[in-house]
Amino acid sequence: MLDCGLDMTSTLNFLPLPLVQSPRLSNLPGWSLKDGNAFLDKELKECSGHVFVDSVPEFCLPETELIDLSTVDVILISNYHCMMALPYITEHTGFTGTVYATEPTVQIGRLLMEELVNFIERVPKAQSASLWKNKDIQRLLPSPLKDAVEVSTWRRCYTMQEVNSALSKIQLVGYSQKIELFGAVQVTPLSSGYALGSSNWIIQSHYEKVSYVSGSSLLTTHPQPMDQASLKNSDVLILTGLTQIPTANPDGMVGEFCSNLALTVRNGGNVLVPCYPSGVIYDLLECLYQYIDSAGLSNIPFYFISPVANSSLEFSQIFAEWLCHNKQTKVYLPEPPFPHAELIQTNKLKHYPSLHGDFSSDFRQPCVVFTGHPSLRFGDVVHFMELWGKSSLNTVIFTEPDFSYLEALAPYQPLAMKCIYCPIDTRLNFIQVSKLLKEVQPLHVVCPEQYTQPPPAQSHRMDLMIDCQPPAMSYRRAEVLALPFKRRYEKIEIMPELADALVPMEIKPGISLATVSAVLHTKDNKHVLQPPPRPTQPTGGKKRKRASDDIPDCKVLKPLLSGSIPVEQFVQTLEKHGFSDIKVEDTAKGHIVLLQEAETLIQIEEDSTHIICDNDEVLRVRLRDLVLKFLQKF
Amino acid sequence: MDPECSQLLPALCAVLADPRQPVADDTCLEKLLDWFKTITKAGSSLLLLQENPCLVELLCHVLKPQDLSSRVLSFSLRLAGVFAAQEDCFQYLQQGELLPRLFGEPGPLGGAAWTAPSVRSGWIQGLRSLAQHPSALHFLADCGAVDTIFSLQGDSSLFVASAAGQLLVHILGLSMQGLAEGHPSLQAGDWPVCAQKIVGHIEESLHSTAVPQITQALNVLTTTFGHCHDPWTQVLWVRLSPLVGSLLEKDPVPAAHSLVDLLLSVARSPGLSSSSCGLWETLAQTLNHLSPTQAGPLALGILKLQDCPQVLRAQAFVILLQPLACVLKATGQDPGPSGVLDSATGDSLTVDVLLSSKAACVGLLCRTLAHLELLQPLPQRPCPWPQEPLLGAAVTLLQLCRGSASPASDVGRHLCALLLGCVRVQRAALDFLGTLSQGTGPQELVTEVFAVLLEYLRSPDSSPTVLKKAFQATFRWLLSSPKTPGCCDLEPHALLVLRELLPVLQKRLCSPCWEVRDSGLEFLTQMTRHWGGQAGFRHALLASEVPKLTEQLLRDPESYVRASAVTVMGQLSSQGLHVTPVSPEHPGGQQSLLVELLHILSTDSEGFPRRAVMQVFTQWLRDHHADVAGDTEQFMARVLQVASQDLDWEVRAQGLELALVFLEQTLGQFHSHCPYAVTPPVAAPAGSLAQALQPLCRVRLFEFAFRALFDCDRPVAQKSCDLLLFLRAKTASSSGSLEESRSGPDVASVEAALQRWQAGDQGQPLGDLEPEVVLAVLRSVDLEGLRGALAEGSDHMEKSPQSLLQDMLATVGVLGENEADCY
Repeated sequence: MLDCGLDMTSTLNFLPLPLVQSPRLSNLPGWSLKDGNAFLDKELKECSGHVFVDSVPEFCLPETELIDLSTVDVILISNYHCMMALPYITEHTGFTGTVYATEPTVQIGRLLMEELVNFIERVPKAQSASLWKNKDIQRLLPSPLKDAVEVSTWRRCYTMQEVNSALSKIQLVGYSQKIELFGAVQVTPLSSGYALGSSNWIIQSHYEKVSYVSGSSLLTTHPQPMDQASLKNSDVLILTGLTQIPTANPDGMVGEFCSNLALTVRNGGNVLVPCYPSGVIYDLLECLYQYIDSAGLSNIPFYFISPVANSSLEFSQIFAEWLCHNKQTKVYLPEPPFPHAELIQTNKLKHYPSLHGDFSSDFRQPCVVFTGHPSLRFGDVVHFMELWGKSSLNTVIFTEPDFSYLEALAPYQPLAMKCIYCPIDTRLNFIQVSKLLKEVQPLHVVCPEQYTQPPPAQSHRMDLMIDCQPPAMSYRRAEVLALPFKRRYEKIEIMPELADALVPMEIKPGISLATVSAVLHTKDNKHVLQPPPRPTQPTGGKKRKRASDDIPDCKVLKPLLSGSIPVEQFVQTLEKHGFSDIKVEDTAKGHIVLLQEAETLIQIEEDSTHIICDNDEVLRVRLRDLVLKFLQKF
Repeated sequence: MDPECSQLLPALCAVLADPRQPVADDTCLEKLLDWFKTITKAGSSLLLLQENPCLVELLCHVLKPQDLSSRVLSFSLRLAGVFAAQEDCFQYLQQGELLPRLFGEPGPLGGAAWTAPSVRSGWIQGLRSLAQHPSALHFLADCGAVDTIFSLQGDSSLFVASAAGQLLVHILGLSMQGLAEGHPSLQAGDWPVCAQKIVGHIEESLHSTAVPQITQALNVLTTTFGHCHDPWTQVLWVRLSPLVGSLLEKDPVPAAHSLVDLLLSVARSPGLSSSSCGLWETLAQTLNHLSPTQAGPLALGILKLQDCPQVLRAQAFVILLQPLACVLKATGQDPGPSGVLDSATGDSLTVDVLLSSKAACVGLLCRTLAHLELLQPLPQRPCPWPQEPLLGAAVTLLQLCRGSASPASDVGRHLCALLLGCVRVQRAALDFLGTLSQGTGPQELVTEVFAVLLEYLRSPDSSPTVLKKAFQATFRWLLSSPKTPGCCDLEPHALLVLRELLPVLQKRLCSPCWEVRDSGLEFLTQMTRHWGGQAGFRHALLASEVPKLTEQLLRDPESYVRASAVTVMGQLSSQGLHVTPVSPEHPGGQQSLLVELLHILSTDSEGFPRRAVMQVFTQWLRDHHADVAGDTEQFMARVLQVASQDLDWEVRAQGLELALVFLEQTLGQFHSHCPYAVTPPVAAPAGSLAQALQPLCRVRLFEFAFRALFDCDRPVAQKSCDLLLFLRAKTASSSGSLEESRSGPDVASVEAALQRWQAGDQGQPLGDLEPEVVLAVLRSVDLEGLRGALAEGSDHMEKSPQSLLQDMLATVGVLGENEADCY
């Protein structure tokens, strides 16, 4: 199984979970059907024309009906965002396999899960809505609830215990490490340049190579650069995880982020940046480190609030081997690779596990707050949205591309604060993909259907799709796709003593053949030719003959034949040897030589010759010897 | 030649002829040659050679087989040419067979030295100088120089090749000179041998299949028609035009670029009657045969011609517009009612070029836009000018580059993919769009123009240069928007645009990229300058955060931005658009800007912001800005004191400008300049003059000006000199009454101090000066003399020929130690 991401957009259908009781949210009117029927008004609330489920947020799990997840042997994880559904799979499906991921992926993935669990568990909600999920009722609801798919499979968040259990099933791997899977294939993670420890995977046998390219980046940010060279010569390249916002250039967006941040703060407003606790935030802090002095923002406090803020900032500094070259060299100086260490030292950046405690006493405005969750449905961000939403001086800047910012903002309407959308997605865009494909030249590309056509809203943008030769094979949800290659060959090893005994004969320049008699030993998908055991001397038949002793008899070896039989010459030879009345018929596969007088038939085909005669063994042997004259023996 | 130089010359010639004493510096040889050119222009070369036999000896000496540097050899060839330009001197040199030895087969031409490009170049330039008279023509024919020149046209050195072509043109002109005057209808067959030979060579080259040869022939012809407008050139064109025309039959047309140059050169030549020699037909034919990329420059050239048939102009304009017509068609737009673009749409060749590659597409579009931009302001631009479709095309191109256009056709989609994010096309289209603001357009289109400009200004992906151009184009369009009669405020639509623009500007002023902040401030300066006094603009600006943000940029880390912020703030304050918020850092409201600017002037580490402050202060003083008018003397004293200490000469020079304004204002009250005054200005009584000068003394203006008079930077000293001369002229009429002060002790001490200053010791201040002392000192200092000395330049002493010869002799001895010459 390649990755197991969690679709969190389902949470956008739920009301936010406020940290402290919010009169506004608790007083929202219940929703009733057009005919006035109000049986759903406990479960559904209405806010500025949108309807939300008033319940603990639920997540959309990976597809479970198409495949029995207990039969999955291995899960390969690309990056920490693509493992958020892991506890659902390892803990509730009978999964007994192994998960492979790099160390930073696991550590930061753990932080993301821990934050998610913490955000949801610290504001327990008694109510759990399920009535609306009834298919007959869902049909009556307004969009987007009406169109939500597979709502019955939506699940509440996992617990920390499940997270720990899931993570214990992960086996850590390093870049370029070769991992044998049951002898059948070898898998290797390669740096994908997108996030700390993010990987692309190569899955290869001796004769086939499949590359799985997920969330990758060619930009120079903090992680180790993408390893492109190792992707060359792939039979199939599975491509996914491209940028979600192909029209937004990350550099421009960072500039936009800084400008809007400075503009707000200079006007005395506060800036709220809903974000994940790891990833782009490191780059943003680095940009701000360079920018704040020049923009005269040195006195503005920057707050990073997350239950895992401290761990995230510290983890980033210790994964030196997973960082880009520049940052790695800093470690040897020794200096912290990320400049946020200096921001913390100089008190410009302060981090807190939550709003409660030290933060409330340190809090000073105007300020900039980085906090989660980017969906605006849970986490400390909900509190700041409620607190700052009423003033037009404040700004919320969306940098994470995973959620539609308009949908995220819907339960906060009407909103006075300014909203800026600066999605920073460093993953590959289509121009970079086309350069990458030219560089690595896979025989076939397999990708989601969406990548093979321009976005529906911009149908003229032929540049916003994958353009490669041969055209990419696309797949859609729940579609079963046969990868375009067949396993034709297996590699077989030959034992040295057996190899010593071979006597090759050159049949063409450069091609030699040898006959071999051996035992093919197959175990764990490895094939070895071993010398046949010596024939055992009969020991008197006292011992019962065991099945394992049932080895093939070593008869005198018949020579192998090669070559072809020229029919005309063969007929002439037959005539020379006294056969007459010979007829030749052409067939689809070769020829039939009819010896009418002898009532005999010789069937000559490309890879077989049959002599059919009526119980005349002498004649058959004579004819056989004539046929053999035309063939080479070895 | 003066005797001192004559004395030095033999030694110098000996040095030059001595291979053991190589001349390391080319520039002194160039200067030497220039000097000889000046001498020979003024007098007889023959006499010069006779009086200075060492020169001929030098020329003879260089011919001896020896290891002489190519520089000296090249110099000698050019020198011989300079002398031989005069016919009598030519004959003199011919007597000694010197010229054939220098320029003929036996000379460097056949030797190893010929491999040096400088020698070949010297040979050509020598001949170029020499070829001034009929005797020279015979000489050229006799020594076979013309054939050598033919071969040098293809020389590996571009300088040599180009000079060879020009020499051919010169020889052709010279050989035709005498004959042509009396025979305007001369037939080519009767031409002088030399001319026939050159024309024959050109014909042969035009017949050639080798493109370089064709290019050489075309270049020679282009220069000929460009420089010589005698009647024979028409005969030459009539003879050669069929050959030139035959080039068009080849596919692709060889040397198309040179061909275009030639045709335009012929068309511009006043010596040719274009209509009679079939030029218009050739031009029309060429337009049809060249590729769209090659035809563009020709079309532009044709449209710039003064007298050209309307049909040809129309054809050229269609060609020029074709790429834009293709863009409009590809995006499914109406090419407009004018019909010009309509007829330009069908060319599939242009579409092929546009779609062939990104480089070709971008190149063709940028060239087209640049050509049209050049054409737009010309009086002879095509009429009717298709303003609307061109506006549409510029807007569409900008949309294609952003991906915001939605073309319906495959060609359009392909174009979109090629142009996406292309900064070159964006810049060219924005420049062109700005130029189009000179004309008008229907309101919907103007709305679209502003929409696309705003789109660019808003886009996070716009590069700093593109943004700058977008700001410039926006300003030009705002300027051109129709005005309400009798009111110079922005019209309502432009005001709407302004309201959308200001938030964008706000954000740009906070950009992390300093170029963007700077462009934003420049834009704001332009807008404030034009509409700062208008109610609509003032209201919109004051309602925004722009003034506040601008003030914060006075403390920007980038000096260019600080300088721009100073300029804007100065202007905003002049217009009453600067309202300082009351804050603990800036008590005292409006006054704080003056304090802040003074702070920048005295502490900023970079020159640009300080210069900007001085300019703002000068403008404020001129405009009687309230902050300055309150206590002008204190302001002046403070600013002059700070400016006099500044290390940047431009700040000090600007200080003098400020002083001049103050001086004019102060003395203006004393001397009325009113041109309508009935009574002529009369000498004022001494008392009032002294009174008028008192404020100048109090602000220590004279100390500042006198110090500047001996400034180590010449422009400052010159400016100060001008200021003091101006002051002296102003006070001249009243000089008599202050005469007695001249011999006073104060005057003497001031004069002594000034002398010390002049000597470089500027430590001691002058102290408080009385007006009488000032006037006396003004008269005693030789300001005119000083001005003359300053005007001469610092190297006037070193420029004399004598000094040149001395230096050359001196450097020869110390070559190894000092290779860098200080010229």
